[in-house]
Amino acid sequence: MLVRIKTLKQLFQRHRRPGNLFFATIFLILSLFLLSQIGNQTVWKSSTRFYAQPALWPIISLVGMTLFALLNWISAWVSPKIAGRWLEVQFWLRSFEYVLWFMAYVYLVPLLGYLPSTVLFAVVLALRVGYRTPKMIGFSVLMAVSVVVVFKSFLQVRVPGGQIYEWLPDVMRSFMLTYF
Amino acid sequence: MEDLVSAFGLLARIDVLVALLIGSIGGVIIGAIPGVGAAVAIAILLPATFSLEPLVGLTMLLGIYGSSMYGGSIPAILINTPGTAVNALTTYDGYPMTKAGEARRAISLAYSASFFGGVFGILCLILLSPVLAWIAPQFGSREIFLAALLGIILVVLAHRGQIFAAGMLACFGIFLNTIGLEPIKYTQRFTFGQSWLSSGIDLIVVVLGLFALSQAFVLMVGKDDSPKAQPLKGALFSGMKELFGHKRVATVASSFGVLMGMIPGVGEFTAQFMSYTYAQKTSKKPELFGKGSPEGLIASESANNAVPAAAMIPLLALGIPGEALTAMMLSVFYVHNVIPGPQLFQNDMDFVLALYIAMLVLNVLVLIFLLFSTNLLTKIIQIPTRFLGIVIMILSFVGVYSLRNSIVDCAIAAGFGVFGLVLKRLNLPVVPIILGMVLGGIMETKLRSSMARVKTPLDFIDRPIAAILFAIIVLVIILHIRTLVIEHRNRQPETDHDLHDTQMR
Repeated sequence: MLVRIKTLKQLFQRHRRPGNLFFATIFLILSLFLLSQIGNQTVWKSSTRFYAQPALWPIISLVGMTLFALLNWISAWVSPKIAGRWLEVQFWLRSFEYVLWFMAYVYLVPLLGYLPSTVLFAVVLALRVGYRTPKMIGFSVLMAVSVVVVFKSFLQVRVPGGQIYEWLPDVMRSFMLTYF
Repeated sequence: MEDLVSAFGLLARIDVLVALLIGSIGGVIIGAIPGVGAAVAIAILLPATFSLEPLVGLTMLLGIYGSSMYGGSIPAILINTPGTAVNALTTYDGYPMTKAGEARRAISLAYSASFFGGVFGILCLILLSPVLAWIAPQFGSREIFLAALLGIILVVLAHRGQIFAAGMLACFGIFLNTIGLEPIKYTQRFTFGQSWLSSGIDLIVVVLGLFALSQAFVLMVGKDDSPKAQPLKGALFSGMKELFGHKRVATVASSFGVLMGMIPGVGEFTAQFMSYTYAQKTSKKPELFGKGSPEGLIASESANNAVPAAAMIPLLALGIPGEALTAMMLSVFYVHNVIPGPQLFQNDMDFVLALYIAMLVLNVLVLIFLLFSTNLLTKIIQIPTRFLGIVIMILSFVGVYSLRNSIVDCAIAAGFGVFGLVLKRLNLPVVPIILGMVLGGIMETKLRSSMARVKTPLDFIDRPIAAILFAIIVLVIILHIRTLVIEHRNRQPETDHDLHDTQMR
């Protein structure tokens, strides 16, 4: 339930959640690392005015980022600890499983083709997240086919045909390559 | 007049009308489903619109932007769960009305207030057009640089209690935009010798990761849930009549929406808060606010729906997006080599007018659709959240992959998906990154082109608009410091709230 908000300050106040210090630390390390690479990763041309220097905006952004990241880290460090930090980090890490699923799908599409891999992916993922009923599996298949029909068949977005389509008879192949 | 006729000519095409229909109805459905907001939908559809003509693509995206808030009010009122983040305030009075058996009245009033706000915003935009057409050409490089800088400062300062985090994320966005081969001296910036970084990090890839994939991950890793809403009985036409009994509140709320929508980095939340406070202070029944006040509901829904039209003002007139959705739309302009900004008003006024008319038609379409299909939407709301996650992931794939068939883009988007999940879980804002990327690019280009004619630092602000913008920047910073000092002196124990947690859904 939302707590009634009385002032503009309260409205925009976003409160800290568990894992804040961990995130602040990682971001500060990243900022410091990037800042330390400015000399290697950008060029300061001797004959160019400062505002046209290729390194100017990386410097501005990274100095700002590091400064704010440091202040953010100090603020997280001095704030009272919120219980549940590592449970929260575990939640973040659990998302990597779905990154792998997503990348597997990305690799499958050029091999199996857009339609077969999308249907397969939708069904496997539905099973993975806990849907077992024929109704939900049916919905997954229907959803996958609809997405392919809307985006590939109608909108003709650029998704290449699958290598597997090469095995199809001539007439079917060009049809599948164009629409699915 | 000639431009107006030409604008109707542009719109009177079957593809534009279909885009308008799909955008408006699709937007309502997307808005009604807690878990997908306009940002997720626009991010996914963005690459698909690149192959369409600018007006067709923009009409569809504008449709989604303008109509999602209508749909978002349905779950806010019926099940206390806002469909989009900006419907959170609607739950305050909408849900108590449902509990008191007045769900139909609340929904009808929300639609009418949204319609009023939406049309009011567009009318203001149309009336302001001559002023914009006059003022926009006076914005040179340095003025646009200062306006972009003001946008960055405002978006950081708007995140009270998290200014450090918002600042670091905005700077991170500016940094992301600098990666790759820069176009002036052709040097590599932060590519670490990797060829895939030479072309830079595409805004769309980041947007899809931060908004869409992160949402898919949040929904799939989290608990499965299926919101249940009771169907409504009876017609929904009575709201308009009731709204006219509160036309003062609706007008003031819409005006706040227009005003706040125009200012980059501010937007719906401030507009709603100001309208709500105003409505409560001037109400004959202030004690009803938060317990089912129709005026509170009107204030919330009129204010948020007036914002989209107003948010188009800095985008169209100056090419400066004020929030994430208009930042995404900017890329549609860029892809088609239509550069929004002063020239657009001078050379393509018919195009601008066509967009206004499209927005007006969209509001009418949405209202008609909602009056007859609200019960259908209450069924759509029930989609289980993990299934929604799968849908978003499959749609995100087509969004990223269709850009340039790049597996690397997909991997980058997935990386930003995890990053977005962490930010959402931590209640940290995503918008500063996107605005940092877009406004950072604008600032870099405009500073370079404006400094060529600047001899001393004071030359930079020797033109009236540049001087005004500079004064506003200084004033905003001083006022912010003053507020901090006052608040520090009168500090009160903090109350936690989950208003921004609506980003999680």
